[in-house]
Amino acid sequence: MSEIKLTDSEIAMFLKGNARSRRAFLAAFGASAAAISLGGCKPKSSAPAAKPGKITIEGSEAKKLNFYNWDTYIGETTLADFKAEAGVDVEMTLFASNDELFAKFRAGNPGYDVIMPSNEYVTRMAEAKLLMPLDHAKIPNKANILPEFQNPDFDPGRKYSMPYTWLVLGIGYRKSAMKGGVIPDSWKYLLDSDEYSGRISVLGESMDLFRLAFKYMGKSVNDFSPELVKQAEAMLIKQKKHIKKFHEDDGQDLLMQKEIDIVLEYNGDIAQSKVEDDDLDFVVPKEGSLMNSDCMCIPVGAPSPNNAHAFINFLLDGQKGADISKKILFPTPNAAAKALMDDTYKNNPIIFPPKEAMDKCEYGKYLGPDNAKIIEDAMTRVRAA
Amino acid sequence: MQNWFENKRFFWGTMLAPTLWFLFFFVAPMFLVWAYSFGENVGPIEIAITGTFDNYKQVFNPEILKVLWESVVLASVATFVCLILAFPVAIAMTFASEKTKSWLLLLIMLPFWTNLLIRTYALIAVMRTEGLINSGFEMLHGVAVLVGIPVGAFEPAQLLYNKMAIVIGLVYVHLPFMVLPLYAALDRLDRSLIEASLDLGAGHFETFRRVVVPLALPGIAAGLVITFIPAMGAYLTPDLLGGPDDLMIASLIERQFKRANNWPFGSALSFLLMYITLIFFALKSYFESKGGKVGTGH
Repeated sequence: MSEIKLTDSEIAMFLKGNARSRRAFLAAFGASAAAISLGGCKPKSSAPAAKPGKITIEGSEAKKLNFYNWDTYIGETTLADFKAEAGVDVEMTLFASNDELFAKFRAGNPGYDVIMPSNEYVTRMAEAKLLMPLDHAKIPNKANILPEFQNPDFDPGRKYSMPYTWLVLGIGYRKSAMKGGVIPDSWKYLLDSDEYSGRISVLGESMDLFRLAFKYMGKSVNDFSPELVKQAEAMLIKQKKHIKKFHEDDGQDLLMQKEIDIVLEYNGDIAQSKVEDDDLDFVVPKEGSLMNSDCMCIPVGAPSPNNAHAFINFLLDGQKGADISKKILFPTPNAAAKALMDDTYKNNPIIFPPKEAMDKCEYGKYLGPDNAKIIEDAMTRVRAA
Repeated sequence: MQNWFENKRFFWGTMLAPTLWFLFFFVAPMFLVWAYSFGENVGPIEIAITGTFDNYKQVFNPEILKVLWESVVLASVATFVCLILAFPVAIAMTFASEKTKSWLLLLIMLPFWTNLLIRTYALIAVMRTEGLINSGFEMLHGVAVLVGIPVGAFEPAQLLYNKMAIVIGLVYVHLPFMVLPLYAALDRLDRSLIEASLDLGAGHFETFRRVVVPLALPGIAAGLVITFIPAMGAYLTPDLLGGPDDLMIASLIERQFKRANNWPFGSALSFLLMYITLIFFALKSYFESKGGKVGTGH
């Protein structure tokens, strides 16, 4: 499909629509069609004073950088600020799922400098030799990262990735629709109960869904055995008649449109929706949940690796990180950025769920292609049953 | 008169570009996908073409057959509904005045020129729980309550995320594919045959059944095939309008290429869809060669 450059007014219209249509646009046209040349936008006058020429990039390549990012996942003026300070245009293109990202890079890097895979896919892409090792000397702002994010299991020593956000799956719900005002604090309500029959939507992402089913059955999200998959499969097939939709990361929109009352979603998505509809809330179930962390990486074959390092360092800056968090409302792994945020962000129980709940959450480890296939096949059986 | 295509220089002058295009951008990629369908994943991004038939064997797993069967059923129902709706439209277009004809044609084509995604979202806006249809129902319900009819509390109809929604979506999208070939066939129809049939005492229904339908058979066959094939491979419509049970073959293929990272199986499924398409094209040519005549018997 050809790339369709959108005009600024079209982009504004597009961004005002609900997130569902934005993602679907991407899915339909291929993310490339929505290649929004934000680098070309003039910095807004209201932007915090960006100092031109503040950043000098040693060995800077062409004055251009291709950035492959998630939708609604960057600060209001971040890219314009980088253009002003480093003189490099950032061309941001959007993708809608890790699988889309992986599929795109299978056949070789199509020309991106910075990409944003989630933890599990950092491992997977590194194993497939699709990522370039990072030069930590060029990323001094790595020091801003919270200690618990400095050396994660999915990328020991942060060899290939720098954290951008972390996020946790949980239950988003409409407060006024909960029977007896009970907080749905267990996966039971989504996966193993008819209490909200026909008012439930869960993510269609097979791996996430099965991991959470394991968690509900009292196991770790990384406990994988064919018997466990079978049990989870049977449970999901039984539950399916109560589920209205397997959604693709647009559960918050279904919730806002009152299509459903209870949904499996990420904390940040519900936090964003709660700004518009206060009747919504979010809970991390008592059994614990699955955490993710989206990370900045440089793919092998990046045309401008020096620019890419400078850009990653720029995004890890405290003030820039705070600008981003203010907009996207996802939890930040950046201590310097978090310190600059106001209390409504820092004390938001959706963005930063209570410690007792978070203590039971885990990162999903990459289980290898064979196990991924077993789970995907089980999901196909669930859908076809 | 000299046949243009007997002149070699003229032939290659005009055919070189399309031939190369066809080879590089159609035959080569299709061949690759076809080759993948006989391959195996040997690494996260490597596929070895081993000549295995395992990918095709996998198609016979009950869950895959079920998805295939449901795709066939949904596409057939949608195609049939299209035929029922399109026939009167095509007849109206055939017998309308030149001016009305072009207006009717425009009305059929206008949605067709609108992006599929926008049309599907428009349908969602109309059919969702708080959508146009349900607010209409709610208003009627309010009126009923006002005049004192005991109708109970208003319960919005769940129109989206089920098979019905998919069929409505498929019909909406594919109706022009049915109307246009039918119209083309009926427009060529010799009207004196209809007059003759009516003059000789056949009723309107009998004339329709024994004269119009047989003569329009090639158009019907073409319409059925070119509606059924894209409906069978529809991706966006079932994905956006379907519920948890409604997985159609195209979504399954998409998942093999993305989530499952199983390109060989995805390729096999794609080619399966292609083989089905070819069968239907064969059926179409068969009906076209047979039809187009008014039978002498009963």
